Amino acid sequence: MTKIVYTSAGGAERHVDATIGDSVMSTAVKNGVTGIVAECGGNCTCGTCHVYVDPEFMNIVGAPTGIEVDMLEMAVSDPRGNSRLSCQIRITSELDGLRVTTPETQP
Amino acid sequence: MNNAALVIGAGQAGVQVASTLRENGYDASITLAGAESHPPYSRPPLSKEFLEEAIDPTRLELRTDQFYNDQRIDVRVDDPVVDVAFVEPARPDGIATTASGAEIPFDLLAFTTGARPRRLAIPGADLRGVLYLRVIDDAIALRRELGSAERVVVVGGGFIGLEAASVAKSAGKTVTIVEALDRLAARAVAPVMSTFLYDAHTRRGVDVRLNTQVAAFEGAGRVATVRLADGSAIAADLVIVGVGILPRYELAERAGIECDGGILVDSAARTSRPGVVAAGDCTVMPNPLTGAGRVRLESTQNATAQAKVAGLSLLGLPAAHDAVPWFWSDQYDLKIQIAGLSQKYDDFVVRGEPDSEHFSVVYYSNDRLLATDAVNQMADYLAVRTALGRASTIDRVAAADAAVPLKQLIRAI
Repeated sequence: MTKIVYTSAGGAERHVDATIGDSVMSTAVKNGVTGIVAECGGNCTCGTCHVYVDPEFMNIVGAPTGIEVDMLEMAVSDPRGNSRLSCQIRITSELDGLRVTTPETQP
Repeated sequence: MNNAALVIGAGQAGVQVASTLRENGYDASITLAGAESHPPYSRPPLSKEFLEEAIDPTRLELRTDQFYNDQRIDVRVDDPVVDVAFVEPARPDGIATTASGAEIPFDLLAFTTGARPRRLAIPGADLRGVLYLRVIDDAIALRRELGSAERVVVVGGGFIGLEAASVAKSAGKTVTIVEALDRLAARAVAPVMSTFLYDAHTRRGVDVRLNTQVAAFEGAGRVATVRLADGSAIAADLVIVGVGILPRYELAERAGIECDGGILVDSAARTSRPGVVAAGDCTVMPNPLTGAGRVRLESTQNATAQAKVAGLSLLGLPAAHDAVPWFWSDQYDLKIQIAGLSQKYDDFVVRGEPDSEHFSVVYYSNDRLLATDAVNQMADYLAVRTALGRASTIDRVAAADAAVPLKQLIRAI
């Protein structure tokens, strides 16, 4: 079982069992992790599934590409070097134990 | 007092109302009652990637069973509410009856009943091979039929029809779009975008026929021909009808709630009856950006945002539905993104060349920024959405220079 750990801006942790192939966003939404809104349902259109990826995992998760770069620059509050849209992170076995932190607010 | 919340309609809005109630401390029972046999699922992919790929239906589910258990949300599928009776005129308490005869008491009530596809009442409309696309069962059936069809006729050139045409054409089918009006997606976009959509589909080999009425579907048991009003015929193995949706408000209307082409709500998603809210495709509401007039918006974004407001209103918490409307459509390699509502525009600028398939249209009314339709132009879409959300504007004259990024032009009003 692949585990993903979601930490809220306030520090509360949720450990969620994820299905390989799902996105970090859909895993959060389906399990009611409140810091991820995902209004567009994973279409890279709304910018409301913004997370900060644990730096230890950043080399596996990788940097954003294409339109996600624009989204992170323009559509989210407080983007940082380890910002990603969680709808664009596909869960693989390599990501077992991945930790992401949700921002104070989604737009 | 029954001390129970009932949400009628288990789609995107219904799930959001139920979740919002729990997130904000509501502790009594919550029932989410739906007509379909599937647990609540996401609808946008049905006309997009779900049609194209062998995606398992469970992948579209909005929440896990575990979530509903943990949140004590009683999801009743396949058993629609058929009647709502209030106990006293001035109080929200009442009892709902489902199709199976179950009685559900409530003292907080939300209508999130969505919409049904408008059906064609013409000869041959019930032939096999004439399909609609609204619910997941429709999409499963359509996906199966698309596997064997060669000649596909799409009736209706709105977004559902255009997305279905795009999937069919991309799969190598011979595709014809038949639209009764003189332009595509007339209700959703301005003529400049309709022209672009016509060109984009035509360029890819779709036969788009405007100003064309369908008179009948013909065939022996299964559709073989689409007969047009001028007497001509189009051969078809499969017909996809996408001619709009009709909001489901008859249950609310019968219960004495004010309706006018949808359930009438204020900007806090409240209906004419205290303790009763409504959200999503079934509602008619003030324009979220101006607070004035009445609009009905058919989008996931609206359903979700309005349902949050509805949930807060049910708890007596202050809330206003003033989120910037946005919408998207995927057709071929085109990502079409819309922010704001362009309907009452008196001027617009086109940024970039439509034939390049990377451009945007920015709409104004009295020099006030209204909306954008962007095609493969994420940055423009985002800039307009951002400006509208901050009650800011983008200068019309400066915006005409496509070389200048719109985000540099956002100014407070």
